[in-house]
Amino acid sequence: MKDKRLFKRFIIGGVLGWITLFGLVPTVMLLGVSFMTRHPDELIDPTFSLQSYFRLFEPALGTMLMQSLLMAGTATFLCLLIGYPFAYIVARTNRETSRLMLMLVMIPFWTNTLIRTYAMVAVLKADGLLNKTLIFLGLIDAPIKIMYTQTAVFIGLVYTLLPFMILPLYAAIEKLDHRLLESARDLGAGRWLTFRKITIPLTMPGIVSGCMLVFLPALGMFYIPDVLGGARTMLLGNYIRDQFLTARDLPMGSAASIAMTLIMGLMLALYYRSMRRSGRRLKI
Amino acid sequence: MNKFIKSLYVGLVYTFLYLPLVVMGIYSFNASKYSLSWKGFTLKWYGKLLANTTLIDAALRSMTIAVISASIACLVGTLAAFMLHQYRFKGRGAVFGSVFVMMMSPDIVIGISLLVVFMGAGFTLGFWTLLMGHVTLCVPFVTATVYSRFKGFDRTVVEAARDLGASEYQVFKKIVIPLALPGLMAGWLLSFTMSLDDVIISFFTTGPTYEVLPLRIYSMVRLGIKPDVNALSVVMIGITVVAVLLSRRLLKERK
Repeated sequence: MKDKRLFKRFIIGGVLGWITLFGLVPTVMLLGVSFMTRHPDELIDPTFSLQSYFRLFEPALGTMLMQSLLMAGTATFLCLLIGYPFAYIVARTNRETSRLMLMLVMIPFWTNTLIRTYAMVAVLKADGLLNKTLIFLGLIDAPIKIMYTQTAVFIGLVYTLLPFMILPLYAAIEKLDHRLLESARDLGAGRWLTFRKITIPLTMPGIVSGCMLVFLPALGMFYIPDVLGGARTMLLGNYIRDQFLTARDLPMGSAASIAMTLIMGLMLALYYRSMRRSGRRLKI
Repeated sequence: MNKFIKSLYVGLVYTFLYLPLVVMGIYSFNASKYSLSWKGFTLKWYGKLLANTTLIDAALRSMTIAVISASIACLVGTLAAFMLHQYRFKGRGAVFGSVFVMMMSPDIVIGISLLVVFMGAGFTLGFWTLLMGHVTLCVPFVTATVYSRFKGFDRTVVEAARDLGASEYQVFKKIVIPLALPGLMAGWLLSFTMSLDDVIISFFTTGPTYEVLPLRIYSMVRLGIKPDVNALSVVMIGITVVAVLLSRRLLKERK
């Protein structure tokens, strides 16, 4: 019995220690730095200040923040728009086929994201595949400029993050009890009404977790605007990176990261709420 | 008609997902250096790649980090999953919560907060810090994968072993590990691909002494990319696809 207790203590201690060291300490340190100020020689000046947080709401930064939220939001919405019908079709086919289809969604993921983003350049550039195809089809006369625009950034974000939307959506739609849909139809609800009142609420946890898995990384993927958007578009991630690596303003970069963590907290709260709600409705 | 629209839609989504990779693959065999037009089949980019030791070294470093960090993450993640499944203790809920939060945390927040710690501790960024970064990224996912596997099996098996006098270590080695093996292997594969896929955490946690492939390519993108990168990407895709398919096959045979 003694070795059992020792083993248990060893495991609990080890795991808790690991979480403290790599989860708690970094977060607390980040929070700590965000309340300090920049020091020209020693990077940070350890006096308490709320300056970085106030700066987040100054017009220049506020605009960047709003733009970044808007970009990530649009990319998330596009992923949802493309991913939902796709996940629905996959969930409605037989098990073998749907497994294969999901596998095919995942395979591009076994390649580094940056390599895939760079591969996108070959498609989007002026003499790239997309322009050549459009000209060949006679849809346009001269190449349209996609590279180094916001559109290219959107395409890059959706391309990289779409699977993160499809997988949770699939999991939610697959669980859907089809008898509920049938009874709604039997009771005289039209297709649209059934979809709006039954399908969407019941798959809400999947929608919310998919949106979370797309929106949060989208805010941070600084290399996509770098590679596809030129220097014109900026995400919160680009700002954080620049604060750490070029401006050397660690407190400001930390405050921006904390802001991102708060956005994550908000989304997690939303997720739990949707889980509770759909759980309650399912029990009827 | 309905079915036709469905297939068309599915086909379009797959085209979107695969087109860039296919184009890159074609480029890697194209004699022409810049334009999309086909100037004949060539293997010269693959030859150039073999001569480009910086690029190959970076790719090997990426592979090394992926294998080591996946293995460590599996060890820590399995212990954590075992603990959550077997033991009841104060703070169990908090552990669940923190695993979930760490899983959801954006890469950039993980990378930045680790960077702050490394800077505070005065570490030189390189192999060890990168390893810590990737292990941190992967552990929560392994924990979740293995835990869901544990949840599927009967807890009484473990109790029976204990009643029959097995020590805790024997229980772990003879019962838990074999039962968790499919989950463990899935977790390892997930970690391996996540580590290979990562750009952001690597960006903040490694230094010039240990430059991994995505960072090497990242610095090349600004200067203009040579076609040997296409060749390397094709090789990398080939290796990962073969590795993952092979391991899936092995997993199936074990069942």
